[in-house]
Amino acid sequence: MTKNMIVTGLAVFVLAVLSPFWFNLVTTTQAAPEPELLGRAKEAQKCVLDKYDMRANHMSLLDEWRDAVVRDADRIYVAANGHTFNMSLSTGENSCLGCHEDKAKFCDACHTYTSVNPYCWECHINPKEIQ
Amino acid sequence: MEKSRRRFLKVAGIAAIGLGAAPAMNFAATDAHGPAAASRVKNEAALHAERWGMVIDIKKIDDKLAKKITRACHSHHNVPDFNHEVDEQLFPDTRPVNHTQDIKWIWKEKFHYAFPDKEDEFLNEKFHHLPFLVLCNHCKNAPCVQACPTQATFSREDGIVIMDYHRCIGCRFCMAACPYGSRSFNFRDPRPFIAETDPDFPTRSKGVVEKCNLCAERLAKGEQPHCVEAAEGAIVVGDLEDPDSQVRKLLSEHYTIRRKQTLGTEPSVYYIV
Repeated sequence: MTKNMIVTGLAVFVLAVLSPFWFNLVTTTQAAPEPELLGRAKEAQKCVLDKYDMRANHMSLLDEWRDAVVRDADRIYVAANGHTFNMSLSTGENSCLGCHEDKAKFCDACHTYTSVNPYCWECHINPKEIQ
Repeated sequence: MEKSRRRFLKVAGIAAIGLGAAPAMNFAATDAHGPAAASRVKNEAALHAERWGMVIDIKKIDDKLAKKITRACHSHHNVPDFNHEVDEQLFPDTRPVNHTQDIKWIWKEKFHYAFPDKEDEFLNEKFHHLPFLVLCNHCKNAPCVQACPTQATFSREDGIVIMDYHRCIGCRFCMAACPYGSRSFNFRDPRPFIAETDPDFPTRSKGVVEKCNLCAERLAKGEQPHCVEAAEGAIVVGDLEDPDSQVRKLLSEHYTIRRKQTLGTEPSVYYIV
């Protein structure tokens, strides 16, 4: 085999292997949306957990909350940072939606981007959605 | 400065100790203070009982009051009413309703259906016309709890038989087990049939069973159940295990009956007749 053929083969191989990078260079990708803090949540500047912990683990926190509320009738969550919260997704001032008033910009922005379809809202009610 | 192997090793050793010390110090520091742990507590105003029970004074209830009580419960708990006209714009293509699939938490029942074992040929005629309000009996030995394969239905410590709708798989074993017909199944999405949605309580979804929860969400806030508030004194809820409670006072003063007592489910709902 000639030297030229080997070099061409190598070049084709390198180009093929790096194809995801070329693909990304020519197409535009959407940046992951940041959950927007609005209204009361913006003023408060405190969350149930640390920001990154919340991003990673909010689903298991909600799971624990549900068990605490339904099974043990404990409805108040005293967070590690000393603040107290109402362990509820959508009812009352101190619940998730009580603070993060805009579900579309807070929950849905990321869930839609990551193609996650939690069925919370089949039963729980976004107070803004009832006329 | 004199450069020697010995001196170099000395400096390197001290530096190594210094590098190793930082993480160790950090570890000790966090251990000393310890990150404060989160905790879950009850609302201070919450009402407590060893075992919740209910006394219904049927003599004080007429058809109008019974309707008012049912409406108070059903509207606050977003129980669908299949007579409600569906908003075609919001919910297009809603299939026609089947009234045998109605959903009920508390409703009016005829005496001979509510108390089939007490039906008698010569029974006082008035019993056939009294509006007996029936609901989940929050039994001490609840058969629905034993039947539930996922523990979606369970007996709480305070005697309330309650459901975790998230866990319900819709198998309806509980409905077959309940001798009182207190449970309803959502054969369809209930939302088109809720006239006014109450934001303080979730709706249910298609495929789950539902029933009275003795207003656990209100007891947790220190409030009386909706039916008690609407009943103008005809319904009282309280602690059956507390001899000084109002329900026990009523039970000692009046003759009361319970539904299908012979089955041994130990219902917690008593009727003054």
